[in-house]
Parts: sequence; structure tokens; C-alpha cells
Amino acid sequence: MTQEDTNVIDQPEVLKPRMVSIEISGKKYEVPEGITVIKALWYTGQEVVRGAGCLGGFCGACATYYRTKDDPKVRTCLACQMAVQDGMSFTIMPPFPARKATYEIQSLKDPKQDLFNLYPEAPLCRNCNACTEACPQKIDVREGVWKAVFGDFKSVSEMFMDCVMCGMCTPVCIADIAPNLVALYVSRAQGAHFTEKPQGLETRIKEIQDGRFDDEWNKVLAMNEKELADHCATVK
Amino acid sequence: MDIHALQQIVHKTRDARRKQTIPKFSPADRDALIEKYHPDFRKKAYRPIRFGPNADEQTVIELATLLEGDSPIPENLDMTPHYQTDVLVIGGGGAGCAAALHAHGTGAKVILATKLRLGDSNSVMAQGGMQISVAPEDSPVTHFLDTLKGGHMQNDHALLKVMVEEGPAIARWLIELGVLFDRQSDGNLHVKKGGGSSKPRLLTCSDYTGLEIMRVLKDEVLNQKIQLLEFCAAVELLSNDEGHCTGAIFKDLDNQRLVIVAAKSVILATGGIGRLHIQGFPTSNHYGATGDGLCLSYRMGAKLAHIDTFQYHPSGAVYPEQLIGALVTEGIRSEGGHLVNAKGERFVNELDTRDVVSSSIIRECEESRGIRTMSGRVGVWLDTPLLDAEHGPGTVEKHFPAMMLQFERFGIDISKDPVLIYPTLHYQNGGVKIDTNSETNVKNLFVSGEASGGLHGRNRLMGNSLLDLMVFGKRAGLTAASRAQSMAQGKLTLQHLRRFRAEAKQHGNPSGVISPMVLPAYTRKVS
Ligand SMILES: Cc1cc2nc3c(=O)[nH]c(=O)nc-3n(C[C@H](O)[C@H](O)[C@H](O)COP(=O)(O)OP(=O)(O)OC[C@H]3O[C@@H](n4cnc5c(N)ncnc54)[C@H](O)[C@@H]3O)c2cc1C
Ligand code: SF4
Ligand code: SF4
Ligand code: FES
Repeated sequence: MTQEDTNVIDQPEVLKPRMVSIEISGKKYEVPEGITVIKALWYTGQEVVRGAGCLGGFCGACATYYRTKDDPKVRTCLACQMAVQDGMSFTIMPPFPARKATYEIQSLKDPKQDLFNLYPEAPLCRNCNACTEACPQKIDVREGVWKAVFGDFKSVSEMFMDCVMCGMCTPVCIADIAPNLVALYVSRAQGAHFTEKPQGLETRIKEIQDGRFDDEWNKVLAMNEKELADHCATVK
Repeated sequence: MDIHALQQIVHKTRDARRKQTIPKFSPADRDALIEKYHPDFRKKAYRPIRFGPNADEQTVIELATLLEGDSPIPENLDMTPHYQTDVLVIGGGGAGCAAALHAHGTGAKVILATKLRLGDSNSVMAQGGMQISVAPEDSPVTHFLDTLKGGHMQNDHALLKVMVEEGPAIARWLIELGVLFDRQSDGNLHVKKGGGSSKPRLLTCSDYTGLEIMRVLKDEVLNQKIQLLEFCAAVELLSNDEGHCTGAIFKDLDNQRLVIVAAKSVILATGGIGRLHIQGFPTSNHYGATGDGLCLSYRMGAKLAHIDTFQYHPSGAVYPEQLIGALVTEGIRSEGGHLVNAKGERFVNELDTRDVVSSSIIRECEESRGIRTMSGRVGVWLDTPLLDAEHGPGTVEKHFPAMMLQFERFGIDISKDPVLIYPTLHYQNGGVKIDTNSETNVKNLFVSGEASGGLHGRNRLMGNSLLDLMVFGKRAGLTAASRAQSMAQGKLTLQHLRRFRAEAKQHGNPSGVISPMVLPAYTRKVS
């Protein structure tokens, strides 16, 4: 590569990685500083089957507890999104056996009331905020649970759009609530029951059923390759 | 130099660039550019497949090797099934969930088996949106023509017509299940414009479209109590005397035990191949995207289509190292983000098709107008702060919360600093050839989603994949279920494997690898 050196980003840590000491589930290892927690597992020779999914911060498979040097607080992160640092200690969290209610979303009669049948523990939130502190997506989980209980389904669905269902809010809850599952129910109910039907969509479905585009289809599908290419070029 | 010093050129040239309009390439220039710089045209990366249904056709070496690979299954395996079902769905992404739900909805017994957890997939990561022609000025025919143009006119017309026409009904289905698409103030669906499309047509759920759809579909699969086999990777299919598909063999990744599932029809929805890192590219794909479905179908005798063409998404992160290959959504370019080289210049119309944009980024980098990191990677700037300048402060944060968070974790505020990008291996344009009911040339073997081929031609337009998954997942589910209900379970044999092995032997067992790959070998050998 011939490139003026003025266009080079200095990243010495990549060229000559500084090794740091970390602890994985209580055992000590040396790994290059700055790699992600999942890459640290691979680096130490461990195969990852449970604990990796999208590798992009979207699936929540890699829920992890960690602690940094000189800080007693146990924190949470997504292992594919967190860089290791010296003195860090971590453990990937196995899926938590939370209870998911089952329901037929379409046939709910009174979704706001049904919440209390499906998740009777939801109104017992004691406001401890542990769920919010556990959330790697920075969702105000406690607020979400309260809003769900008070029937503000719209706000809940907006607040939890970032939820990757990692489940880290669940084991910390002193009221045995699975806030993410409550929020999922609420969001689906919001979408299926409390959101306007988009009229334009209905119109389009009907137009297709009524054959409004049939003439155009016939014209297009009868074209030879050259005609079709020319026709495509006219679409602006 | 420090990254902030190099970024200054982007800030300094922003106002001047905003006054510029960059014309799209003429068809001739575009073809010349692609031929010179698109990775699909690097002859050295390709070789012919030596035998099987696509014998003598070219594909990338990494894939050819796996397609010719040997099965991990011995031919004398005891074929007593552990499970019996009407429809077996392999893969727990969008296509798999849609197929399972629709098959289950007809009353068929369904088993959904997947490599990792339900939902672990490329589908959860889709950010940009889903193309459906709902706007009044748009139509399914326009959607068809745009897609055809994007696919270099190579798309299967019948598949494409089905997809664009069934799109609106799919949107309704998702809305009824509770998917929250973005809305306009009048309650209609909000549509955005994507690269290569003539009309705004992208339905979005903020920049979490795939996550929102998958949260709902996963929840629905659980609500319907569809039987799940998680952490089970399909490693071989089963066939009867006539070569029809009759089930599959899985490896339970928790204990390495082989699990045999007898099924009347099988739907493969195993997704793409990004994790093969073809031509050494980083990838935006999930951990399990290792092309397993292609290997399994190929051994069974299914014909593949367009497997010599892949999509390199123009904007994969190049910096920081931890995010290498991760996607920087096309939405940023859709909203006007510029691509800027080391000299502070724009060099392509950012809304051109992906193959064109990727090729021009590669050109800039090969002609020394890129920015290099010390680890040897090279890229160009994507001017993200421009969106705040253009549409008001807070735009980036409001429209791209997922992106903001992803970079924030590494101390980068993309609303203030541009990001460094380079094409990342993103999508397999081709796959197993299917008909409009998602069936392959092997009877009772259905393939849907990214593992299937033909629909997208030689280049997929942004947002067409999510629609593909839902439409052909549905069709596979419905057809496989109705087929299963009118037939008896076929015999479980490995006849196809015997035939495949004989053929491989004739060609001197060229490959020497076991396929499918199942998971990429990232674990370091520690001695
Ligand atoms: C980062 C990213 C962003 C994207 N953005 C968009 C977008 O905005 N719009 C759009 O339309 N498209 C987008 N795409 C493309 C689109 O998301 C994918 O093409 C699509 O989700 C593929 O869906 P699928 O169901 O076919 O496969 P996947 O969703 O990948 O699912 C495949 C499933 O099969 C399983 N599997 C694989 N092998 C086996 C095996 N051997 N045995 C059992 N199970 C197996 C996997 O574990 C997984 O569950 C994006 C892709 C990526 C990677
Ligand atoms: S709300 Fe709970 S499940 Fe969702 S991202 Fe936060 S901690 Fe994870
Ligand atoms: S952890 Fe449980 S009790 Fe505490 S605030 Fe959250 S939901 Fe309420
Ligand atoms: S692996 Fe999906 S969020 Fe980390």
C-alpha cells in the first residue's frame, strides 16, 4: 500500500498489544488489552457456544457480569460490546429461568387489564431500581414497569425499543418480575390493539386484490430483456 | 497521527460539500467501476466446483471447499428417529420463525431446530428497514423494476413478482402480531428511501427493525408452544429411495450427541455465509452464518443459483478494532451522510446501489485516498455529524440510537465525530434455487430466506431481505405443511450421501474438509 503516512491513525495498542490480567469465572489469564470480552474467551482457548449470537450487540445472548479493579460493584455488559481492561473479572450469565406468560395477542379483550392476569407480580414492584442498574442498554427499566402497570403502554413500547432481551434485569428483581417480558407483552399489545390501522396499507392491499396493477404487470412481464432494461432505466 | 487530527478534514470541508451534488454513474461507467474494484470480480478468489449439481460453475474458494466437503456422518448410523414431525424447520432467524408460525397455523406439527438460541441470527441485526410499496406514489411494479435494476436484471421474475405483491399483506400480518413500525402523524406507515430505490419504501422500527420483528416473532413461536430444539446444528439431511427429503440429523452442541428428526417436509432457513470471511473480509454477520444450508442442500442434490456473487456492504466499521466489520447502517447515507476520502472529497453518490458504493470506496483506498489504521486496515470517512448539521442537533441520537450506543461504548460520539468505514461481507446474493413455493428441485426440501437464491439477482437492494424472509418463509411454511398433511413419512436413509461420496471419490476427494462448518474456528489454539 502506498499511502502518505499523514493519513495513518496511530493505534500502537494494536501493533504491539499490551497484555492485561483478567479473571474469567475466577481463573486468571493474560490477554491483549482492548479486545472484547468474547474475543478474550477465544483468546484463552475457550470455545463459546452459549454466550455468543449476533456478535453485534443486538441479540442479548452474551449477557455478562463483570467487575473492574478496585471497584466492588458487579456490573453488567454485553460481552460482544465490552472491551477488557486490566484487572477485570467476568462471568457470562446463563439464561435465567424466568417465567414467560403465554397469550394469543389478537384475542385479548382488555390488554391493559390482562397484564395483571398474565404477570400478577408486575404491580408488586418495590422501586428498588436494581433492574435499571442492570440494563446494559441503559433503559429506565423501573420506570417502564411502573408505566406498564399504570397503563401507559405507548411509553413502554418506546422505552423498550432498545431491549435486546438479555434478561439481566430479571435475576436482580426483588419482586420476581421479569421486566423485559412484561415490556414485550406491553409493546405487542400496544402494536396490536392501541395503534391506528394504517389506511394507506389497507388501500394498497385492496388495490392489489382488485387487480389495479394487472395491466402494468402484463406489459412489463411481456417485455424482452432489452425492453425491460430500457424500461427499468426510465424509472426515476 | 491521532484520529481527531485526521477527522478535521471532514469538519473543515463539510459546508462546501453540502452545496455539492454528485451525479450517479452512467451505466457504462458503473460497470467499468464494478469490474475493476468489486470483490466479485477478483478472479483469483474463485474456482470451479468440481462435482455435484453445480459442477464446473465458479464460486469463491472458501465456499467451493465446503460444498465439496465430506459429511461428519457415518453411513451405518442407526436411523431410529428421536423425534417425528410433519414439518421440520431448520434455523431460528426470521425466515425460520415465519415458516414455523405459518406451518403451525395450519395445524401441522412443527419442530424448529436451531444452532444457537432461538432468534440468534442475522435477522435481529437488521437496522435499515423492510421494503414494502405502501406509499401512494409507489407500486409493486415500481418495486419490481427497482429491484430488477439493482439485481443487474438477473432476478428470477416469478419470485420477485410474488415478493413485491405479497409485501403489503405481510406488513399487515406483522402489525397484527404487534410489530411497531414507525408512523407518520396521520397514522400511515412512515417510509424512508433506500439506496437504489426510486421511491421511499422502507418500513422501519427506529433503527431496530430486525430486533423488533424478531422479538415479536420469537415471542409468538413461544406463545404457540412450537417444539424447539436449541443448540442443535443440522449436520446432514435424510432422504428416501427416490431422493426426497425425509428429515435431518443434528448435532446437539451441548453434549455432541447426534439427534435424528424424521419429518415429512423440511424447511432450511439457515441464513448466509458471512463467517466464512471470504477473500479475508470482515463481516457484519452473526456467529452462526457459516453457509451450512448450502452444504446440506448441495449434498442432497439441490441446485444452487448465483453463488458467485456476494454483497459487501459499503459501511463496515474499521475503527475501533473491537467493532471491525460491524455494520454502520445505510440509513445514515439515506439521510444524507457523505462519504469522504482522506482529501476531504466526496467521490460517489452515496445513494447509489451497494455494489457501486462499495466499489468506489475500494477504489479510493487502493488509489491511496483512504485513511489507514496502524493495524493495517484502511477506510474512508462517513460524515455522521453532517446529519445534525443538516436536520438539526439531536438527529443522529434520535434516528440512530443503536449506532450511537454501539460507538459510545468505545468512547466515540458519532454525532460529533465521523466514523471510519470500509466494505464488510454482508450478504449472500445467491443460494439454493427455489420455486415460488420455496421448494427446491429436491422434493419436500424447502429453502427460504438468505439461504435461498434467485430472487435478488446479482445484488440485493437494501430492505428486500426482510421482506424476502417473511414472504418466502410464509410460503415455505404453508406449502410444507399442506404437503406433509397429505403424505406418509418417508424412509430415513443416507442414500444421497452414498451417491455424493462416490462422486467425490471419483474426483479424488478434493476437499479434505468436513462440512458444514457449524461454528467458525475463532478459538485460539493454546499450547
Ligand atoms: C448487520 C446486518 C444488517 C442487516 N440489515 C438489513 C436491513 O436493514 N434490511 C434487510 O432487509 N436486510 C438486512 N440484512 C439482511 C437480513 O437481515 C438477512 O439477510 C436475513 O435476516 C436473513 O434471515 P434468515 O432467516 O434467512 O437467516 P438468519 O436470520 O441469519 O437465521 C439463520 C438461522 O439459522 C441458524 N442456523 C444456521 N446454520 C444452522 C444449522 N446448521 N443448523 C441449525 N440452525 C442453523 C442460525 O443459527 C440462525 O438462527 C442485514 C444483515 C445483517 C447481517
Ligand atoms: S430491559 Fe432487561 S432484557 Fe432488556 S436490555 Fe435491559 S436488562 Fe436486557
Ligand atoms: S428490580 Fe424489580 S422491584 Fe426493583 S425496580 Fe425493578 S421491577 Fe421494581
Ligand atoms: S452476541 Fe448478540 S448481543 Fe452480544
